[in-house]
Amino acid sequence: MSAKTGIKSAEILLHLDLVCKGYGSGPKQFLAVKDISLDLKAGEFVSLLGPSGCGKSTLLRIVTGLNTATSGTVQYRGEALKGINPHATIVFQTFALFPWLTVEENVEIALKARGVPSSVRQERARKLIDIIGLDGFESAYPRELSSGMRQKVGFARALAVEPELLCLDEPFSALDILSAESLRGELMELWLNKSINSQAILMVTHNIEEAVLMADRIVVMGKDPGRIVSEIQVSLRHPRHRKDVSFQRLVDSVYAAVAGQTRPETESLGTAPGQPGATRRLPRALLNQLAGLVEKLSDEHGRADLYRIAGELSLELDDLLPIVEAGGLLGFLSVQEGDLLLALLGQTYAEASILARKEMLAGRVLRMPVIAWIYESLRRDENHRLAWEYFLDKLQADFGNRAEDQLDIAISWGRHAELFAYDDDTGELYLE
Amino acid sequence: MKQLYYKPAFPPRPAFTIGDALILLGLAAILYGGIRLAFDAPSVVSGPEISLSPWALPWYALLSIGRMAIAFFLSLLFSLFYGYAAARNPGARKVLLPVLDVLQCVPILSFLPVVLLSLTAILPEQFASEISAIVLIFTSQAWNITFSYYQSLTTIPSELQEASDIFRFSSWLRFKELELPFAATGLIWNSMMSWAGGWFFLMAAEIFHVGSYDFRLPGLGSYLKTAAAQGDIMAVLAGTGVLILIIVLLDQFIWRPLLAWADKFKLEMVEGSAEPSSWFLDILYRSWLMDFFQRKMAPLNEWMDQTSREKEATHPAPVLSLNEKRPLWLLALLIIGLIAIVYGGFMAIAMMMTISINDWIELGIGILATLSRVFSSLLIAMLWTIPVGVAIGTNRRLAKLLQPLVQVVAAIPATALFPVLLLALLRVYGGLNIAAIALMLMGTQWYLLFNVIAGAAAIPQDLRFTADLLGLSVLDRWRNLIIPSIFPYIITGSITASCGAWNASVVAEYVEFGGKTYATTGIGATIARATDTGNYALLLAATLVMVISVILINQLFWQRLYYLAEERYRME
Repeated sequence: MSAKTGIKSAEILLHLDLVCKGYGSGPKQFLAVKDISLDLKAGEFVSLLGPSGCGKSTLLRIVTGLNTATSGTVQYRGEALKGINPHATIVFQTFALFPWLTVEENVEIALKARGVPSSVRQERARKLIDIIGLDGFESAYPRELSSGMRQKVGFARALAVEPELLCLDEPFSALDILSAESLRGELMELWLNKSINSQAILMVTHNIEEAVLMADRIVVMGKDPGRIVSEIQVSLRHPRHRKDVSFQRLVDSVYAAVAGQTRPETESLGTAPGQPGATRRLPRALLNQLAGLVEKLSDEHGRADLYRIAGELSLELDDLLPIVEAGGLLGFLSVQEGDLLLALLGQTYAEASILARKEMLAGRVLRMPVIAWIYESLRRDENHRLAWEYFLDKLQADFGNRAEDQLDIAISWGRHAELFAYDDDTGELYLE
Repeated sequence: MKQLYYKPAFPPRPAFTIGDALILLGLAAILYGGIRLAFDAPSVVSGPEISLSPWALPWYALLSIGRMAIAFFLSLLFSLFYGYAAARNPGARKVLLPVLDVLQCVPILSFLPVVLLSLTAILPEQFASEISAIVLIFTSQAWNITFSYYQSLTTIPSELQEASDIFRFSSWLRFKELELPFAATGLIWNSMMSWAGGWFFLMAAEIFHVGSYDFRLPGLGSYLKTAAAQGDIMAVLAGTGVLILIIVLLDQFIWRPLLAWADKFKLEMVEGSAEPSSWFLDILYRSWLMDFFQRKMAPLNEWMDQTSREKEATHPAPVLSLNEKRPLWLLALLIIGLIAIVYGGFMAIAMMMTISINDWIELGIGILATLSRVFSSLLIAMLWTIPVGVAIGTNRRLAKLLQPLVQVVAAIPATALFPVLLLALLRVYGGLNIAAIALMLMGTQWYLLFNVIAGAAAIPQDLRFTADLLGLSVLDRWRNLIIPSIFPYIITGSITASCGAWNASVVAEYVEFGGKTYATTGIGATIARATDTGNYALLLAATLVMVISVILINQLFWQRLYYLAEERYRME
C-alpha cells in the first residue's frame, strides 16, 4: 500500500509551497519553519521526522488550520486553506481527551459538533469503540484508563468524523513501550486493510524506528530554522521487522540524515554577542552528561553507532543530539556516517583526573563566543559582578526570545567549568 | 485542606501605570456623579420598623437570602461575560484587567453612603435601599469570581483548545463542554468565598444609620442590629441562631453537593484519594426525580447544540485580530467616555478644593488612625493564627476534627456579631476603639488562618522528616522550615485580610447605639460624619482618600511582598 503500488494516478491532497511561519517581527523575528514545500498524495503515509524545535508540530498545525502560515501556499485539494481544515483531524500526543466525559461521550462529542443526530451518534461511537477494542469501557472516564487505552480513545474520536487526512502528532511518545508497540501494530492493521476511511496519514515523530516501521516516505527536518533537509522513500514491505538487515540499514541512514544536520563545524563558532555576524547557539545539554558520553565512548574504544548508543543509554534522539552537538563544539567527538568518533581531546579528557578535567573544560568552554563574552565582561567590571538582566538584554539582540534559555545554558556551563558563578538571591553573575 | 485556600490573583504588573491613574480618575468621576445626585436626597430618611418577634425571623431570613441570591446571580452573570471578554479579546483585556485589579482592593463599604444617598434622590426610599444593598453585595462578590473565571479560561490546556478547534465546536458547545467544566471548581470555591463575604456586607447594608438618615431594610442584619441596640438578648440569640442555621444549611444542601459533583471536572488524570463527598448529592443521584429531569432536558439540550451549530455555520465567527478595524461608534463611545471621566474627575477635584485645611488634616490623621487599627488587627490575627494554623496544618487528625467547625465559624459574618460586641464594650473606656479592632479582627483572621493551614499542610513530608532527623530545636525548626514555607501563604492571607479590615472600618468607627452616637478618630468615622452633616465635599474627599490609600498600600507594599514571596520561597 505504499505510494508506488497505490492508486494509479494518486490525487494530490495536500500541497505546500514555500511555507514560512515566523514569530515576532523585524530583526528579532524567529522563523519556526522556512520554505517548506511538500505534497501529500492519497494513499500515502508520510512521517515528519526531526529533533525538537524543528517546527514539525508547527507544520502539522498549519496543515490542519490550527495555525496559519506567515507566507507561502497551503492548498488542500487545490483550494487555499482558510480556517480549520474540514477534511483533517489530529490525534494528539497528550490525548486531549475531556477528563469530565466518558469514553463514549468523548467519541460522540466529535460527532455532536458536526450535528450528527443523537441516535446515529451513539451507534457510530459504539462501533468505533468496538473496533479499537475498548468495548466494556464505554462509560469509563479517561482517568480510569491506562495511557495506551486513552490514546485508543483519541484515535476513535479522530476516526469518528471519518477524516480524509489523519494527522498524528507524536501519538505514541507519551505511552509506555509495550502499549506504544501494540497500538502501532493495530493502527497499521487498520490502515493497510483499509478499515478506516482516511485517504492519507501525516505523522509527526522524533522516533526514527517508528518512522521507518510505519511510513511510506520520511521527511527529515532540521532546525534553525525549521526546514526540510531530505526525503527518504521507504519501500520495505509490510509487515516490517526491526531485526531485518534492510530495516537496520535504513534506520542507520535515517540516523545519519538527522544527526548530520547537527554536526558542528568548528569554524562556525560565530562572533561574540553584539558583534556583527551570527553567534553560535549553545546546545541544550549539561556538561556532566557530556562527560558521561565521553567515558562511554572511551569504553567502546572510541567508536560507536549513534543509534545503538542511544538505545544503550536509553536516551531519546532529542536528548542525545544536543549532547553530541556540545561534544562536537568542544572538540571532544565528531559524527561520521551515523557513528560517534572520540577525538584525541576527548580521549585525554576521559583519562584525566578530576582536577585536570576542570582545567581542560574551562579552556574548551571559553572558546564559545557567548561564554567568552560573559567571562570578559565580568573581568572588565571592577567588582567582577554583573546583573543577570544585563546579559539577557544584550543577548536578546542575537537570540530574541531564546536569550533566556541561552543565558541559562551559559551559566550552567560556566559554573560547571568553574569560570564564573551565579548568585540566585541577588541575580548576579560573578567571578570567583 | 487546600480547599479553603484563597489566592488573590495579581497580574505581573507591580508598577503604578497611567492606566491606574485613569482608573482612579474614573472612580473619582463616578463618585462625583453620585454625590451630585445626592444633593437632591431627602434630608430625613426613616426606614420601616423592625419587628423583634421571633415569628418575623423566617420572613426576614428569606428576604436576606433573596437579596444575596439576586446579587450573586448578577455577579455570576457579570463574571461569565467579563471574564470571557477579557480572556478572548486582547484589546479588551488591556482595559478590563487593570480595572478588575483595582476594583478588587477598593474598600467597597466606603461607597455605601454615596450609593444610598444618590439612589434615594432618584428612587423611592425603600426601593433605593433595596437596590443599594444588592449593588453593595454585588460589588463584594463579583471580582474574585470574575478573576477565577478569567484565569480558568486562560489556563485551559492548549491541546483541549486545539481539540475543540479541530472538531469545530460551536461557541455554545465550547462553553458547555470545555470552558464551564474546566472553570467549575474554581467558580464554586470562589462563589463560596463570595457568599461568606456577601453576608458581611448584607449585614452592614441592611441598616445604615447616621443622624437623620436611617436606612433600613427588613432582614436578618437589621433584626440583629435592632435587637442589640435594644438590648434584647433573646432576640440576638435567636437571630444569630437562624443565621448559623442558614449558613449550615447552605453548606450542606448547596455547596457540599456542588463541590462533590464538580469533582469530576478536575483535570488530574489520576484517581485522587480524598474526594469531596456529600450525602445530599448521593441521595439526589439515586432519586427518580433527578433521572426524570435529565431525560426531559435532553431534547432541549440537543436543540441548543443544533441551533448554535447551524447559526455559526451560516455566520462563521469572525477571527479576532489585533489590527482589526474598530467601528466608528466604538471609537466615539470611547472618546465620550474619556471626556466624561476627565470632566468628572476635574469636577471632583474642584469640589474637594472647597474643603478647609483643617478637614484635610483630619483626613490625614484619620487615615493614619485607621491604618494603625488595620495593622494592629492583622498583627493580633497573626499572633494566634500562625501557631494554631501550623498545628492544624501539620496534624491530620486535628485537621479532620477542627476543619468543619472552623468553616462554619468563619462563615458567620463579623458584622452580625458587631452589635453584640458593642453591647459589651461600649461602657469600657476606649471601648469603641477596641470594638473597631475586634470587628476587623473577626472579619479578617479567618483568611489568615485558612492560608496558614494550607501553607503548613503543603510543607513536604521529607523536609519535615529531615528536620526531625537533624534534631532541629523548636526555634531552628520555625526559623528554617516553617516560617519560610508558610511565608507566601501568610502574605496572600494578609492581603485579603487587610482589604476586609479597611471595609470594616466604615461600620466600626462611627456607631449609633441605643439612641446615642459614638465615634472614634478614623477615616471611616469621617465618612459617616460627612454623610450625617451633609458635607458632600468632605464625603467625596474622604471616600477618595481611603480608596487611593488602600490602592497605594496594596501596590507599594503588599504586591511587592507578594512577588518577593513568590520568587524566594516557592516550593518546586
